[in-house]
Amino acid sequence: MTEGKVVGVNGNMVTVEVEGDVSMNEVAYVASGGKKLKAEVIRIRGRRAEMQVFEMSRGIGIGDKVEFTANLLSVRLGPGLLAQIYDGLQNPLPELAARCGFFLERGIYLSPLDEEKEWPFTPVAKAGDALMAADTLGTVPEGIFSHRIMVPFYMKGSLKVVKIAPAGAYRISDTIAELEDENSKRFPVTMCFSWPVKRPITCYSERLRPGEPMVTKIRIIDTFIPIARGGTYCIPGPFGAGKTVLQQVTSRNAEIDIVIIAACGERAGEVVETLKEFPKLIDPRTGRTLMERTIIICNTSSMPVAAREASVYTAVTLAEYYRQMGLHVLLLADSTSRWAQALREMSGRLEEIPGEEAFPAYLESVIASFYERAGLVRLRDNSSGSVTIGGTVSPAGGNFDEPVTKSTLKVVGAFHGLSRERSDARKYPAIHPLESWSKYPGLIDESGTEYARDILFRGNEVNQMMKVVGEEGTSLEDYELFLKGDFIDSVYLQQDSYDPVDASVSTERQRHVFRLLFSVLVARFDFGSKESARGFFNQLRQKFIDYNGSAWQSAEFNDLESGIKAFLATQQVGVEAGGNKIREALESGK
Amino acid sequence: MKKVYSRIEAIAGNVITVSAGDVQYGELATVSSAHGSSLAEVIRLYENKVSLQVFAGSRGISTGDKVRFLGHPMQVSFSDDLLGRIFDGGGKPRDKGPELGENMIEIGGPAVNPAMRIIPRNMIRTGIPMIDLFNSLVESQKLPIFSVSGEPYNQLLARIAMQAEVDLIILGGMGLKYDDYLFFKETLEQGGALSRAVFFVHTASDPIVECLLVPDISLAVAEGFALKGKKVLVLLTDMTNFADALKEIAITMEQVPSNRGYPGDLYSQLAARYEKAVDFSGAGSITILGVTTMPGDDVTHPVPDNTGYITEGQYYLKNGRIEPFGSLSRLKQLVNKDTRPDHRALMDSMITLYAAYKESLEKKSMGFKMTDWDQKLLKYGVIFEQRMMDLSVNIPLESALDNGWQILASCFSPEETRLRSELIKKFWPSPGGGAD
Repeated sequence: MTEGKVVGVNGNMVTVEVEGDVSMNEVAYVASGGKKLKAEVIRIRGRRAEMQVFEMSRGIGIGDKVEFTANLLSVRLGPGLLAQIYDGLQNPLPELAARCGFFLERGIYLSPLDEEKEWPFTPVAKAGDALMAADTLGTVPEGIFSHRIMVPFYMKGSLKVVKIAPAGAYRISDTIAELEDENSKRFPVTMCFSWPVKRPITCYSERLRPGEPMVTKIRIIDTFIPIARGGTYCIPGPFGAGKTVLQQVTSRNAEIDIVIIAACGERAGEVVETLKEFPKLIDPRTGRTLMERTIIICNTSSMPVAAREASVYTAVTLAEYYRQMGLHVLLLADSTSRWAQALREMSGRLEEIPGEEAFPAYLESVIASFYERAGLVRLRDNSSGSVTIGGTVSPAGGNFDEPVTKSTLKVVGAFHGLSRERSDARKYPAIHPLESWSKYPGLIDESGTEYARDILFRGNEVNQMMKVVGEEGTSLEDYELFLKGDFIDSVYLQQDSYDPVDASVSTERQRHVFRLLFSVLVARFDFGSKESARGFFNQLRQKFIDYNGSAWQSAEFNDLESGIKAFLATQQVGVEAGGNKIREALESGK
Repeated sequence: MKKVYSRIEAIAGNVITVSAGDVQYGELATVSSAHGSSLAEVIRLYENKVSLQVFAGSRGISTGDKVRFLGHPMQVSFSDDLLGRIFDGGGKPRDKGPELGENMIEIGGPAVNPAMRIIPRNMIRTGIPMIDLFNSLVESQKLPIFSVSGEPYNQLLARIAMQAEVDLIILGGMGLKYDDYLFFKETLEQGGALSRAVFFVHTASDPIVECLLVPDISLAVAEGFALKGKKVLVLLTDMTNFADALKEIAITMEQVPSNRGYPGDLYSQLAARYEKAVDFSGAGSITILGVTTMPGDDVTHPVPDNTGYITEGQYYLKNGRIEPFGSLSRLKQLVNKDTRPDHRALMDSMITLYAAYKESLEKKSMGFKMTDWDQKLLKYGVIFEQRMMDLSVNIPLESALDNGWQILASCFSPEETRLRSELIKKFWPSPGGGAD
């Protein structure tokens, strides 16, 4: 075992004089004041290794002993991960609280999985089968999922099953199989194993192009700037624009198997809401609590910075693990800027030559390789699984022209830019409909959304122009366009995430409501004056907002809908050119 | 017994370096010079070189002065004797009372386990409609007042402190003008609140390093009282001075600056303090109200910007009023659902209309013809500013809500307000006046 001793301390970076071999990113423990503090090698120079300590470094002194473990920073994978709340190093926080009380004590590392719990194991593989890494040995039920017990991902080549345990109850560390490799070496296999967090798991047959939408039940996203299963997206926005609320709503309503929330360097209070509410909220799709499909990785802003850097990797590794079981996993990282800042802090302590805004020069490649761990894959048993990554970005000053936002935009498939202007006007979700984009297909036929987007765009132009020439200088035709654009915004783009009905809008309802919205957009009117046009749209909007708040297919819903149609008919004189064709596409297609 | 070192090898800014062994990171030492003695804290170790930050500043320190290590990190005495007392940033009495040395606790302790936090649920009523109605303050919230220098932010802070229903007030003053320090003292004295207050005050003329200690020392004491079941309100003014002190030290230590000279860890440093706000399950709570002055009214300046990302909203003080735009209380949704059913909807509607008023005002100033709708908005905006935004308005939330409906009814027809029909039916004042 390699050992060393501390020769320097600067913030959370310690310099260690090493006896023997060390490897990059190796984990070591610094013995200080009767405690062992976890640390990771981040630079080696001659016999000196620089390490980031995952804890407060107060109290470390020159000469303190350091023990190296020869392992990279890893997480433990096995049944029992779901519904857990971990810190960035996979320390279970509730267990830590039970032991240490209110505060996070240093140097206490608990087992991330319950060692004593017995899981009912059903073997799938048989003795004599030839398997490869990540092939299924058997299953255990974990909540609503069938958790695959797989050949550990680090094993190489073809492996023969020598023995497999019969169906029965086992603890995670019990041996459930024995495998033999090509050199006739035998390995006992348990239900859990470790995997280094910074190495992507690649035990699949191929990566596929994401195409199927991941429904968030947020109208503006699903209809106009959709996300795909296995895709990536980012939400940059100034503070107070609603990034976190948007992620919380997504984590609740998204149509996905498993949600992993990485609260990375953000407020502890926000995580607490999720922590306390998810065990009570019922997921309508499964009838079980939301917590049963959720893992929370919680390294909030006042927790040690080095562990913050590790937390997103911990999260994505857990996501990849469940993807290997043919499940669809959504990873929400809030916020990737804090993670980038953690990189910056360490880079500063290492006295590396700084890049833009003192971020390290490798920022871009680190961000890219993180988002690249998302993806839709076909597994060897032909089932498919996916990891979708959605990261918030907190740009300094709300200015998207900064290193983290720029690097992120290069690699993601959808961009949901939040705007201060919209959040100031309480237009939530404050996603800017014209600046945001997505490369993925959505729920609704593109001809329809393009038509609506065009009205939004032109309506916005008219609005800008009106600020210069005034309302009296605007033609009635243009003014109508402006009203239509404003109408889309008020009744479709804006959504009340605190209203029980409006908070989540199903695919079916979105398609239905969009058709109704579309019939307003393509209607031709013959208003005598701007006042009557405005009056009409004010009333129509009022009806539509009430309609959005009524339960799907309820009597009230149907009444309000006929009311809207009848009211529309009072003023409509025809249909805009091309409107009928798109309507057919909307009706027939999706 | 710890050794005494009498050879200071380097002095740069407020940082001195000595060669010493058996020293721990974060340890405290005393530096005795001809001008008196001061505490100093170890901020870097490299081989046998120990760098210390001298609290009283390095002015007058000689290379031959004595450095004695104390073997423990920075501490503060914690007991009920603190109540009614005034200290400086280093924990020394500023009033004429005795020095306290009992029950010393460490400052800057570990973070609270997120799993032990509870969802905040109590509204702190202030009697200010822009806070109670539009951005409710919640127990255990951390909230700064963003302000341009010259605004009455300390007056606002003192008023909230006096009216808020809390057990204890801890004032952490950083770079406070002496007048402002006296203002706080007198206001709390007159309100009879001094006996339930503790002051840690660093004035503008005190050594800069002590400024850095103020938040930690204030919050350590607050934590102590909160664990004993008290509801504590911590006032920190002004956090921009704290950030500037961080900047000064970072530059002295030759750290690579990230943005306008501030160190790259500004976010983490501020977060470590603000995140001390907490509601302990089964004990008391800490609520933090800070002041962040914005140099040049620039909200994108690194200090307000980083603060905004950490805190749960902000009050934006401008022209002597709390601006509805830019002001936000993130936790209001947790409490305003239980006040009155119209609270949320009314709040949103009034703000949307006020935003529209601002647009009409802009159009008017550019000389455009005002439509009927614009006229309505212009009327509304003026009344809104008078009856809601003016800081002299001091009414309970319920009256503020009633006022809100009356203001809307006096300017608009129901469907123009974008409020749901059921609320309008229930709360819209009948033409005769007053809601039915």
